Amino acid sequence: MDKKNVKMIPIYVMGKKFEVPEELTILKALEFSGFTITRGCGCRGGVCGACATVYRRKGDYRVIPGLACQTVVEPEMSLVQLPYISSRRSSYVVSEVDPDSMDIVKTYPELMRCMGCNTCTKSCPVNIQVMNYISATIQGDLKQVVELSIECVMCGMCAARCPAELSPYNIALFVRRLYGAHKLPKSPELEKRVSDIANGVYNAEIAELKITDTKKLQGIFNEMQAKKGASV
Amino acid sequence: MAYPAGMRASIEKVEQRRKDRLNKYEFPRLSPEDKAALLKDYHPDFRDGDKVNLQFGVNKGERVPKVLGEVIESQSRLNLTSVDLSRPDHKTDVLVIGGGGGGVAAALTAHENGAKVILATKLRLGDSNTIMAEGGIAAASLPEDSPAAHYIDTMVGGRFKNIPDVVEALVNEAPSILEWLTSLGACFDRTKDGSYFNHMPAGHAFKRSHSIKDLTGLELMRVLGDEIRNKDIQVLEFSPAVELILDADGQCAGAILEDLDTGRNIVVEAGAVIMATGGMGRLHPNGFPTSNHYGATADGIVMASRARAKLLYMEYIQYHPTGVAWPEQMLGLLLSEALRAEGAHVVNCDGEPFVNRLETRDALSATILRECGPRRKGVETPTGTMGAWLDTPMIDLMGGKGTFMRRFAGIHHRFVKFGIDPTQEPLLVYPTQHYQNGGVAINIYGQSNVPFLYMAGEVAGGVHGHNRLGANSLVDIFVFGRRAGRHAAEHFRKTAATGLTLEHVKAHNEEIAALGISSQRKSPMLLPDYRFEKALTSTQYVSEIVEAE
Repeated sequence: MDKKNVKMIPIYVMGKKFEVPEELTILKALEFSGFTITRGCGCRGGVCGACATVYRRKGDYRVIPGLACQTVVEPEMSLVQLPYISSRRSSYVVSEVDPDSMDIVKTYPELMRCMGCNTCTKSCPVNIQVMNYISATIQGDLKQVVELSIECVMCGMCAARCPAELSPYNIALFVRRLYGAHKLPKSPELEKRVSDIANGVYNAEIAELKITDTKKLQGIFNEMQAKKGASV
Repeated sequence: MAYPAGMRASIEKVEQRRKDRLNKYEFPRLSPEDKAALLKDYHPDFRDGDKVNLQFGVNKGERVPKVLGEVIESQSRLNLTSVDLSRPDHKTDVLVIGGGGGGVAAALTAHENGAKVILATKLRLGDSNTIMAEGGIAAASLPEDSPAAHYIDTMVGGRFKNIPDVVEALVNEAPSILEWLTSLGACFDRTKDGSYFNHMPAGHAFKRSHSIKDLTGLELMRVLGDEIRNKDIQVLEFSPAVELILDADGQCAGAILEDLDTGRNIVVEAGAVIMATGGMGRLHPNGFPTSNHYGATADGIVMASRARAKLLYMEYIQYHPTGVAWPEQMLGLLLSEALRAEGAHVVNCDGEPFVNRLETRDALSATILRECGPRRKGVETPTGTMGAWLDTPMIDLMGGKGTFMRRFAGIHHRFVKFGIDPTQEPLLVYPTQHYQNGGVAINIYGQSNVPFLYMAGEVAGGVHGHNRLGANSLVDIFVFGRRAGRHAAEHFRKTAATGLTLEHVKAHNEEIAALGISSQRKSPMLLPDYRFEKALTSTQYVSEIVEAE
């Protein structure tokens, strides 16, 4: 970035004013301002949920959620990071929970406190329909929960703002695990492969390959590549 | 924040030439000879300027990236006078260092095998490169595929430098890892009949990468992190290890952690230590951007080499060909190889293809650097960085409308925020530092040459030879995390260690002073410093290769 052409804009970090280049993300703007970040930064790519941040635009009554690494600064924005949010999670043994019984509600009884206010959905920085997956959970529609929550980055913003004091993201993870462990079909192909390997079906072939010279290995590889053709 | 005018003009050329590339058009593959020549001329691994030989210690003479050499050959960040080894804060059977996929797999498996386990990690549990893995996890699960074929592909990809026994363990255990993850509740993509969905990453001969949308690592990390919380495993977050503790016989006996919140050192005495500390992306070898997470600063390599663990292939770095080059905010982030597997071609500023989309990562990176450098066919961005086009609209044109959204919802989501729709417009890419191919040499149980010291995942060397194939890393971390966890639980030191010491660290510091290596730096680095001007990014490699020509 050529500094000469950079336009600087004011932002407020925990009330303190800093001038930062426009077009930086909040994360880079914090670093440009000189903050050393230990909590509040993880993957820097929008998937880990470490850098949950809330901000207000000048003159706007709303609190806006965002991930610091994904949100571009705006002039006069006022922000604070929320690097840790206390939340509740239940311990359970995934294989022993019955997904078709009341086990889900027994594991997270506070589910029934949901009043459908939609604050969770509005607080999600990655635009997940949080309230909808909570109601799908209550209705026992696990597949719907998986589909609605699969992009959750576990930042905890929904738990921070829920007036009924749920920790929705932990509930979604619990339900997705139940679905994955109990509802997805078994794969006979995979089971056969695993048992074949355990029975040593491939041992001789691999033992042979381990002592095959590299030129020959390259030759087998080339043949395999040629065979796969454009069937990608 | 959509594409500015200069880049729009180039996109129009891409669109005009796109129809020539429909109907199963593929750019010819490189011959092995052409590929070797290409790598020699344009791949950063083969350029001398950025490598140094380590000057002392058990790895003396080992060629490593310059930035890595600097952090290894720095004074320890540990204040030796402040540590009292006689009164450990924790005693445990197995200490796992690292909270990514390799670490959690090791911790869960050691616990499952009866060991008392502590897991210490630099940031939060799960903050790692694992969580960012988009594409998938390799395993020969289809009937037409086999572990033997997976073995061949892995060896060829690694330029035959992989340790054969270790690769055998990898390919043989890969399918059972899928079963393990599924039993814990990971929602792998399925086909209509319920069997596992597979796709074919570059360098593999069969469809064998198993995905969870484009969020594979995120979902696996969420599930495994949650499972750790279900178990009686103590997790110490924001507590990275800074040095290993040895006993009187030079065997590993624990580690010193640093509490990042308070600065206090924590002494952990352990019967075995499993390091799953990841790689070095945040050191920015060769000045490249990186796809790695914030904590990827090679701490494990630094600590292990001071404890006399042997390194292997440290000079080989994987540059992923499709890092994001625009928008600037996403510079260096990875775009899954699966985009190419699903049909996206790689083309230059005039919309001309210059490489087959399924070449291995090293070759593809080298061609993009050549295109942006000496051939001057790169696309320049307003911030002066360069890139080539990844023609993502091809995916829906080839696979049918909706394919992109079904497979790559996460990528779509991230770009749309910046006014770019990857189903309609190509994405600008430039190689990004992605993976440390080498590491601490391991055997089939993940053991290093230092007794009671294990490695799992990117910190280990030998699994991938000189170059890792796509989808082989997710499987590596779980196979060797599990193997190390099991072996450590069975073989950790059962009798009390005697003569706990940090003498090796003291000797290291003295050696540096004696050799006159002057550095203000202390290491391990723990976190990169991006404050002030360093928050602004640049790419310098292309101009360097142009100058060299």
